[in-house]
Amino acid sequence: MAVDVQQPSARAAAHAPSRISRIGQSKGFLSFWFMLPAAALLLLFLAYPLALGVWLGFTDARIGQAGTFIGLENYEWLMEDPVFWLAVFNTFLYTVVASIIKFGLGLWLALLLNHHLPFKALLRAIVLLPWIVPTVLSAIAFWWIYDAQFSIISWSLVKLGLIDHYIDFLGDPANARASVIAANIWRGIPFVAITLLAGLQTIPQSLYEAALIDGASPWQRFRYVTFPMLTPIIAVVMTFSVLFTFTDFQLIYVLTRGGPLNATHLMATLSFQRAIPGGYLGEGAAIAVSMIPFLLGAILFSYFGLQRRRWQQGGGD
Amino acid sequence: MSFTRRRFLQTSSAVAAGAASSQLLGIRQPFAQDTMNFKPEDGAELRLLRWSKFVQGDETLWMENTKKFTEATGVPVRVDNESWEDVRPKAAVAANVGSGPDIILGWFDDPHQYPDKLVPLTDLAEYLGNKYGGWYDAAQRYGKKGDEWIGLPLGASGARVVYRQKWVQEAGFETFPTDTQGFLDVAKKLKENGHPMGMALGHGVGDANGWLHTILWGFGGKMVDEENAVVLDSPETVAALEYVKELYQYFIPGTLSWLDPNNNKVFLAGELGATINGISIWYAAKNSDDPALQEMAKDIYHAQMPVGPVGKPTELHLFTQAMVFGYTKYPNAAKEYLRFMWEKEQYEPWQLAANGYISHPLAAYAENSVWTEIPKSEPYRDCVKNMLWNGYSGELGPASAATMADYIIVDMFAQAASGERSPKDAAKYAARRAERSYR
Repeated sequence: MAVDVQQPSARAAAHAPSRISRIGQSKGFLSFWFMLPAAALLLLFLAYPLALGVWLGFTDARIGQAGTFIGLENYEWLMEDPVFWLAVFNTFLYTVVASIIKFGLGLWLALLLNHHLPFKALLRAIVLLPWIVPTVLSAIAFWWIYDAQFSIISWSLVKLGLIDHYIDFLGDPANARASVIAANIWRGIPFVAITLLAGLQTIPQSLYEAALIDGASPWQRFRYVTFPMLTPIIAVVMTFSVLFTFTDFQLIYVLTRGGPLNATHLMATLSFQRAIPGGYLGEGAAIAVSMIPFLLGAILFSYFGLQRRRWQQGGGD
Repeated sequence: MSFTRRRFLQTSSAVAAGAASSQLLGIRQPFAQDTMNFKPEDGAELRLLRWSKFVQGDETLWMENTKKFTEATGVPVRVDNESWEDVRPKAAVAANVGSGPDIILGWFDDPHQYPDKLVPLTDLAEYLGNKYGGWYDAAQRYGKKGDEWIGLPLGASGARVVYRQKWVQEAGFETFPTDTQGFLDVAKKLKENGHPMGMALGHGVGDANGWLHTILWGFGGKMVDEENAVVLDSPETVAALEYVKELYQYFIPGTLSWLDPNNNKVFLAGELGATINGISIWYAAKNSDDPALQEMAKDIYHAQMPVGPVGKPTELHLFTQAMVFGYTKYPNAAKEYLRFMWEKEQYEPWQLAANGYISHPLAAYAENSVWTEIPKSEPYRDCVKNMLWNGYSGELGPASAATMADYIIVDMFAQAASGERSPKDAAKYAARRAERSYR
């Protein structure tokens, strides 16, 4: 009797999943489809505006006119523009000073709140307040606080007999820089403090107990336990803090519009001023694009900070 | 029936003939009788973006007039109000993306930034000009590009000297001086008496630009000449800078940081003898519930801005005009709305309700009863008549907008006043900055 050798394989073929269904069940294929909406959103709302901004920086686009490609001309003009360089200087000063102080005060506040304090929940809520209040509202409050004629600070100091004249907070270039930095610090501290507090609470208590048994002083416990364990979160917090500070706009816009004498103009405010009220979209875009290298630097800072966590967990840098 | 150019010419000829014969007969006829109409498109509806009110009467009457328009034509109009400094960016974005409100009441030279994005309004503007005594020169400068009207001037939020009469009289001046030397003298005396002057030297779009351009032009200085060549670094500019440097000594402290609202609040706090502002300070005091402010309002008076050595008014005011954007589906409805709102029956009551906060761009409205019924408004009557334009004496366009947006004139005066640069260096530095925009 002849054996039908084809039969089993034909049956197998009849039951085997089709090529399409095999592709459909493939992990890679599914992952691709699940990723696609997110990738589309990123391309549409992040990559496209960024690319458009970079392109505009190479054009002479004005409001209502597409503009033509002019290469690096906008950047060459900016190189010769003293106001641009003043804005670059102001932005760095603003970012560096505000970020360092926000970090110092935020860490101190986080350490305080990490202790068992009475009304801890209430205190944490109060600390968060400056972060919750819309920036424009806090800026208006500071506008009154710094007012040349109605400042509560000046009024108090005069009443206490400590000064004779009201302080010109926003009218003097040096004072104005210090004043806007102080406002930014006030607003930014809660973000640093609360995030570092979250980080502090993830540190195992056993490490502190071990350090105590070894006779470590409070400073040594901070230096050898708290700080190393907090490093990854510090890297992330400071990256965001630097990014927020570097790109600040609202505080300056409400308080000074970049004045007096452009002493408080940041790159973000100058970019807006040149692009929208000034009409030179290309030049405004070029100023905004000039911020990218510095922002990338901040992201790299975060990247290396996170690498350190891998090192802490036993991996290599 | 929509209004065509041919029909306009017929109308305007009839108007001109009628006006001429009236004059021959000795009959005073300030307003022509003919009316044009634009037939709104079927199903038309409009969106208007305008600046938020400075004085309540403006908004109230604007909305009442709009309601009347809807009742007359069946065209609904949605009116959005924005903070006045936010209108320009929104208009710019609307022009750029080709979508947004059908009509925007913008500022200064907005139409000249994107003229090809706007619906020409030549027929409407010429009709109104013929009917209402003609447009003032500065209004034409702002509204027209070449022979085409690209914006319809609404007027200017005028700036005048706002002063406390009692303190000025105590300083030895029966009336407020109107020339720059007298202005300096009164500033000195007011300071000596403890009631100093104060004007914005910070980045205040309206106030700082307004009074400082007036001084610059009053001394014969200007940003550019008729060919758009930068001529800012001149002996006339230096003279203006030296003048403001001296004047600044008599100011209340802190004006280098002042933005637009500062002088209003300091004046109403009773700390300023004089400032330069719109009518809003007096209006706010007059309508306040506070008896002290009501009392202060009685002592608040207005005077012309100082005339410099050039011997004639050289003022800059916060100028506003309507733009109809090309993307609108209802250009006829938009033009009909503007026509309706600019006609005497609507414009005059609106101007009266606003207490003359907006000075008219059409000569016939100088006869509006607002200037006689509210005597304290009268100094604002000729604001547009006396006005020059930003970027004087060059063209309006991207460069004039960019230099104003960059506060080049304001910073130049602030540098000289504060001593950061000598007047000569400040003029040189500002000219270099201006050359970037006029490149």
